[in-house]
Amino acid sequence: MNFKLKIWRQKNAKAKGKFETYALNDVSPEMSFLEMLDCLNNQLITSGKDPVAYEHDCREGICGCCGLYINGRPHGAKNKTTTCELYMREFTAGETITIEPWRAAAFPVIKDLIVERNAFDKIMQAGGFISVNTGQAQDANAIPVSKAKADEAFDAASCIGCGACVAACKNSSAMLFIAAKVSQLALYPQGRVEAKERVKNMVAKMDELGFGGCTNTRACEAECPKGISISHIARLNREFIAAKASD
Amino acid sequence: MTKLDAKIPEGPLAEKWTKHKNSLRLVNPANKSKLDIIVVGTGLAGSGAASTLAELGYNVKVFSYQDTPRRAHSVAAQGGINAAKNYKNDGDSVYRLFYDMIKGGDYRAREANAYRAAEVSNQVIDHYTALGVPFARDYGGLLDNRSFGGVQVSRTFYAKGQTGQQCLLGGYSALVRQIQKGKATMYSRREMLDLVVVDGKARGIIARNLVTGELERHAAHAVVLATGGYGTIYYLSTLAVNSNGSAAWKAYKRGAFFANPSFIQIHPTSIPVLNDYQCKLTLMSESLRNDGRVWVPKTKGDKRLGHEIPEEDRDYYLERRYPAYGNLVPRDVASRAAKERCDAGYGVGKTGLAVFLDFKDAITKQGKKAIEDKYGNLFEMYEKITGESPYERPMRIYPAGHYTMGGLWVDYNLMTTIPGLFAIGESNFSDHGANRLGAGSLMQCAGDGYFIAPYTVTNYLADDIKTPKISTNLPEFDSVENEVKKRIDKLVNIKGKQTVTSFHKRLGKIMWDYCGMHRNEGGLKKALGLIDELEKEFWSDLCIPGEVEGLNQELEKACRVADYFEMAKLLCNDALNRKESCGAHFREESQTETGEAKRDDENFAYVSIWEYLGDDAEPKFHKEELKFEFVELQERSYK
Repeated sequence: MNFKLKIWRQKNAKAKGKFETYALNDVSPEMSFLEMLDCLNNQLITSGKDPVAYEHDCREGICGCCGLYINGRPHGAKNKTTTCELYMREFTAGETITIEPWRAAAFPVIKDLIVERNAFDKIMQAGGFISVNTGQAQDANAIPVSKAKADEAFDAASCIGCGACVAACKNSSAMLFIAAKVSQLALYPQGRVEAKERVKNMVAKMDELGFGGCTNTRACEAECPKGISISHIARLNREFIAAKASD
Repeated sequence: MTKLDAKIPEGPLAEKWTKHKNSLRLVNPANKSKLDIIVVGTGLAGSGAASTLAELGYNVKVFSYQDTPRRAHSVAAQGGINAAKNYKNDGDSVYRLFYDMIKGGDYRAREANAYRAAEVSNQVIDHYTALGVPFARDYGGLLDNRSFGGVQVSRTFYAKGQTGQQCLLGGYSALVRQIQKGKATMYSRREMLDLVVVDGKARGIIARNLVTGELERHAAHAVVLATGGYGTIYYLSTLAVNSNGSAAWKAYKRGAFFANPSFIQIHPTSIPVLNDYQCKLTLMSESLRNDGRVWVPKTKGDKRLGHEIPEEDRDYYLERRYPAYGNLVPRDVASRAAKERCDAGYGVGKTGLAVFLDFKDAITKQGKKAIEDKYGNLFEMYEKITGESPYERPMRIYPAGHYTMGGLWVDYNLMTTIPGLFAIGESNFSDHGANRLGAGSLMQCAGDGYFIAPYTVTNYLADDIKTPKISTNLPEFDSVENEVKKRIDKLVNIKGKQTVTSFHKRLGKIMWDYCGMHRNEGGLKKALGLIDELEKEFWSDLCIPGEVEGLNQELEKACRVADYFEMAKLLCNDALNRKESCGAHFREESQTETGEAKRDDENFAYVSIWEYLGDDAEPKFHKEELKFEFVELQERSYK
C-alpha cells in the first residue's frame, strides 16, 4: 500500500507549526499505524532529516501515551481503539492520511505531534484520590461493594488518561475525564467520605486550567478508546449539584 | 566481603521481618522534614515508596521519563496480584505462598525475602482496596480470586485483564495527593542518566530533561531506584518500547553489584511475531491459561486452520506432559514446551513459531458471557492485532521476553552495595529466584514500595539527621555531569549512517538466539564476539539526527542502547558461569532425559554477583550462598 502522509511539524512549543507532506510506499496492511510511522521515520533519518516526534510506549492500548488526531478523529476512525491499536488494514491504499496533535488550549504542543497533558495531573491532584495513608487500611473484605456497583466503577476506572475526550470536544472540555474518576470513587463506600469536596475541587480545577464546559455533544463518548459512557457525566452532575446545594 | 552481608535476621522464618522491623531505627517527624529522598520510577514500587515516604514526612522528588506518573509500565500488567488472604478457604497461607515462590523460583531465591513478600501481600490488597482499586467482586460484594500458573490455590486478585493499570492508578492517586500537599515533587519527562556518589554514599542523580535537553542535577540524602527490568534488551519483548535498563546499569557502574543478570523470564503467551516492523510483542495474560487449553496438531505441518482440526488430531501437550498442573504449569516450563513442539515441526501459523490457546471447551461449558466477563478486554486486544476473534478461532501464541528476575543486588533492607542507594520492585533481584510466578510481580513491587522500603530507608536515614541539604555544587556532581555530557556528545558526533533501532534489533536478535530460552557454552561465547563487533559498529556508524538541545527521541534511544551493549555482555558471562539449568535459565548441557531443567544444587545454589571494575577490566565475580533452612531442596516437578 502507498500513502501520502500530511503531518503537523512544529520544532518546539514556541515555533510556528505547519503541515508537511510525505510519500510512504510499500506499507503492509499488517503494520500498525505506529509501525507505519516508524517506517516513515526510518526513511527520514536515513535521508538526513528530522524524524517526526510522537509519543508512544506500551503499544498495547493501556498506557495512554499515544494520541494522534488522524483524519480529523482522535485515535482514527475505528471505535474503541487507541492509535497504537490501529492497523493499516483499516486504511485505503493511495489515500492521504492527515495526522495532527491533540488540539486544545490546555494541551500545548511540545514538538510535532507531542502535547503537554500535565493539566490532567493537576486535575487529579485537586481531588482524584481517597485520603488513606499506607498502613491505615482495614481488611479488604470489610468493605463489601455490590457487584453491579463494582463493575460500573471498573468501567469508569478504565480511563487511560490519553486526552481523546478533550481533543474530540468542540469546547475542549475535560468533563468525561473528570467524570470517570468522580464516578468511580463515588460508587465506593470508601470514596463517599470526600465525595463532595472531590467533585467541587476537580471541576473548579478544570475551569481554571482552560478546559471548556460540557454541552452534551457526546463526542467524548464516541471517541473514547475505552468506551467510557457519558452516564458518568450524569453522575458527576448529580454529585456536583448535591455538593453545591449543601454548601 | 563485608560489602556482601545480606543482613538476613536470625530466628524463625515467620518472625524475621517483625523482629527486624522492631530493631530498625526511626527518625522523628521534625527531622524527617529536613531529609530529601529521590525516587526514580513511578510504577507500583516507585509510586508506593514515593507516596508512603512523603506521607511519613520526608521531602520526596520523583522522576519519570513519561509525561505523567500514571504511564509507568506496571500499567500493562494484566492478570493479577497475589496475596495469601485465603479468602477462598482452599488451604492458602503465607507459608504456602512463600513455598510456591521458592519452588517456582527453582530454589534460587532467598528464603527470608520471599517469605516477607508473601507476608506483606495481604496488606497490599487492603491498601489498594482502600484507595478505591476496583478489584473484581463476586455477588456477595466480596473480593474474587482466580488461579495462576505454578500453584494449586486461587489467590490472585484481579481487575479484569487490567490489574496493573488499576493498581497503578491507585498508587498514582496516593502520589498525586502528596504532590498536592507539597511533600512530593514530580519531575516528569526526565530520564536518569547517572548516579552521583559522594563519600561512598548515593547522594543524587543526573537527569536529562527530555523536553529541553538540559542536564539537571538533583541531590538527596538517599536514592531509591524503582526503574523496572531490562527485558527490552531482546528488542522484541512484552515491555513498553521505552522501558530500559540504564538506571540500574549506571548504578552498577558506580559500584552497585549486579545479581543474576541472566535470569530473564520468557513469557509463554505472547502474540507471535507478525512482521519485520514490529518493535513490541503483545502479551496475552497468563490468566487465560485458567480456561484456555494449549495444543498443537498431532501431525507435523498440519496446515488446516485451528478450528478445523478435530479433537482426535490435537495434542494437548501440556496436559499430556504435566498431568498434575496441566495448562497451569509455570511460565518457564510452558515456554520451553512450546519451543520444543515448534522446533520439532508441530508449530502453527505462517512462521510455524506458534501454538494454539483454545477457549472452545471453556465457552461450551461456561457460556460465552462468562468468558467475556473474565477475559473480554484481552480477547478484544487480540482481535485488534490479529484480525481474528478468539471466541471463534483458537488464539495463536508464542513465548516472548518478559520479566527480569535478575537485577541490582540488595540486602534484606533492599539496599544495594552503595550505601543510600535502594533498589525496589523489578529493578532488584531478590524475591523470585530463577523464575517468577504469575501475579507475583505486582505483589512484590507494591510490597517493596509500601511496606518494606519506607521502614528500611528510614533506618538508613537515622544516621543522616544531622546532614544538611546535599549541595548540587559538590565536585562529584561536576564530574558526573561532565561524564554524562561527554558520552552524549560522543554519541551525537558519530554521524554515521545507521539508525539506533537497526542496532537495537540486531543486538536483540543475538541475545534472543544465544541468550534466550535455550543457552549453551558455544552459543554464549559466539554471542560475546558478535556483541563486541556490533558495539564497535554502533560507536562508529550510528546516526542521530537533530541536536542535543530540545526533544530528541533518537538520542534518548541511543543512550539506552549504548548501555544495553555493555549489559548484554554481562548477561552472557553470567549465563556462561551458571552451568546448571534452573528456572528460566536453561543450559542445554544440563537437562534431564525428558528435557526438563536439571539443577545442580551442590555447585550452583548461589546468587551470582558481579562487581564492575572498569570498562576495560573483567567484572569481579562474587557468590552469595543460598541457605535453605526452612524448605527442603527438591527436584521441581509439575507432573
